[in-house]
Amino acid sequence: MLDSETNSATIADPKVVCRDVSVSYSGKQALFDIDLDIGSHQVTSLIGPSGCGKSTFLRCMNRMNDVIDGCVVTGSISVDGVEILDDEIDAVQLRRRVGMVFQKPNPFPKSIYDNIAYGPRIHGLVRGKDELDEVVQTSLERAGLWEEVKDRLLQPGTGLSGGQQQRLCIARAIAVRPDVILMDEPCSALDPIATARVEELIDELKRSYSIVIVTHSMQQAARVSQRTAFFHLGIVVEVGETEQIFTNPRDERTQGYITGRYG
Amino acid sequence: MQIWLILGVILLLAAYGYQRGKGGALAAVSGDASQLHSLPSYHGAYVALWAAIPALIACVIWLSAEHQIIEALVVSGLSAESQALEPQRLALLMSDIRNLSSGDIVRADPSLEVQAAAARYTELASISLYAKFAVIAALSAICLFFAKKRIAGQFRARNRVERIVRYIMIAASVIAILTTIGLVLSLLFEAWRFFLRVPFHDFLFGTHWSPQTAIRADQVGASGSFGAIPIFAGTLLITLIAMLIAVPLGLFSAIYMSEYASPRARGAIKPLLEVLAGVPTVVYGLFAALTVGPYVRGFGESFGIDASSESALAAGLVMGVMIIPFVSSLSDDVINAVPQTLRDGSYALGATQSETIRQVVLPAALPGIVGAVLLAVSRAIGETMIVVMAAGLAANLTANPFEAVTTVTVQIVTLLVGDQEFDSSKTLAAFALGLVLFFVTLALNIIALKVVRKYREKYD
Repeated sequence: MLDSETNSATIADPKVVCRDVSVSYSGKQALFDIDLDIGSHQVTSLIGPSGCGKSTFLRCMNRMNDVIDGCVVTGSISVDGVEILDDEIDAVQLRRRVGMVFQKPNPFPKSIYDNIAYGPRIHGLVRGKDELDEVVQTSLERAGLWEEVKDRLLQPGTGLSGGQQQRLCIARAIAVRPDVILMDEPCSALDPIATARVEELIDELKRSYSIVIVTHSMQQAARVSQRTAFFHLGIVVEVGETEQIFTNPRDERTQGYITGRYG
Repeated sequence: MQIWLILGVILLLAAYGYQRGKGGALAAVSGDASQLHSLPSYHGAYVALWAAIPALIACVIWLSAEHQIIEALVVSGLSAESQALEPQRLALLMSDIRNLSSGDIVRADPSLEVQAAAARYTELASISLYAKFAVIAALSAICLFFAKKRIAGQFRARNRVERIVRYIMIAASVIAILTTIGLVLSLLFEAWRFFLRVPFHDFLFGTHWSPQTAIRADQVGASGSFGAIPIFAGTLLITLIAMLIAVPLGLFSAIYMSEYASPRARGAIKPLLEVLAGVPTVVYGLFAALTVGPYVRGFGESFGIDASSESALAAGLVMGVMIIPFVSSLSDDVINAVPQTLRDGSYALGATQSETIRQVVLPAALPGIVGAVLLAVSRAIGETMIVVMAAGLAANLTANPFEAVTTVTVQIVTLLVGDQEFDSSKTLAAFALGLVLFFVTLALNIIALKVVRKYREKYD
């Protein structure tokens, strides 16, 4: 589908390789033959107008679409060379390695501590209370939330502010030590200051994780990502280095979108 | 008969007032409705409400006071001798007079005095009838006239009508509340009379229940003992058995319906389960008494347990089945109200569906589920028909579910069924039991609603 002359869908040393990925919901096709590579230890942003399929694509990578009735995913997605759309692969195992942060902060109605401890507990990643305490602390520290909540770990996570809740969700995702973190518009429900903190965090996290972020904010894509893919009407129109996409787009649809002519 | 006539007249006047108000409003702005503050129909409604409501209130007051006033007037016309009769005798005399006046059968040959009084009664009643008619019609017409006079282009008819409608709604809810208060007061009053005869602590803490009191002094074996502990224990036992059936079955079916079932399966199962809630309890009672009871006895006997065919187990089992839809339907709603984003968050961490349900969905829904269970408990405690038919009447203090026990509701029924005098300890005991039942279920409902409300605050 993609013209390799104008696109660099493939890269050397990819973390996730997607080929001919198509998705349809109850017979209505939402994504058409997507080819895209996600690089290791970098941030890839997916931009495009609403309804273009970028969230759908994101949810393919940890098979969250399995939860939706009538959703059919075809093609091939491999993480570290392992095909994940295979029925042999357990989606539960996959999601441990490919974590996800949602548009709206969704802390569990449990304490801050239990929110973080939830993943390590169900996967049996820790032995004993001390180790769990340590995982909780490092996760919160990496999410930049430790100083703010260390004195109230046993209070409900739902009592935090929106920005803190989102960082809690990020801490929760990294507590199970995934390889890839998918973020579905993680800042759309946050104010500019909380957004800035989350963006700093994303920049920090890319050293350890491969991150894919869906965003409606072109500035955010430009600020945090190294590679950008522009989705439109269920296809990838253009993909490349973020700098190139934003300064010198090859496709006029991309140019139209990033200069604000539509979207 | 006459009341329908009066209501008809009021309605006609109101309809007429509506037309006049509407027409008057339009006339006031020479047909240009956009000049009006309120729509013409509001002006019409304003006049119609004024024509109807004061007249209806007057009608209600008149009807409720009419009898007392007429009877007081008739009594004052009686001889001093008759007036001096004790209240009950006087009431009998009055009923003779009323019967004679309306042409019903009279006790004995009426005396001259009664005949004269009956004639006076008839006369007063007919005066009252015409006066009532005239006063109410006049009131309606006068109110209509003055309301009509206020109609003008800038008259704020909409605001007035809306305020009146608000008062009507307040009145409706006040009536419901007053009924509840009246209910509690009547229970309290009768129960107080009971506690004058039987000490409070004997009733609440006594362990022997035998409400037969002697009618004559020389009767034997009618001790009249009112220790309600066996009854409370029986109620608790049956409720416990019912909840042991209803909570797991209801909760599991709720989890299945909301988390696992396909929309089609859910669409089929939920109405089917709710059919259970629609079955009249007397049908459950039949089932418990004729099918489950004997089966339970046979089952007990096969284990060498001496079981009676009326047993707590039979009643509790069937009651549990009856309550399943309460638990399942309410819990299903609560579980569905847990946001999908929480489930997604859990799945995205690699949790399985059962881990998600156990550790995220159920804890989030727990307060609502507790509320549902408490409502089901209060329903079980108040259930009557099944236990009357299947649990027996013997007030045994036992924890053996194969034995016959009795419950608060069953005792209330048996104490009050049949010809009873309403001032014996036996019948008054029913009110004391009713009072206890009322407060227990009230407390459970309040706790349940509190718990449910606390849950709501979390997600809205």
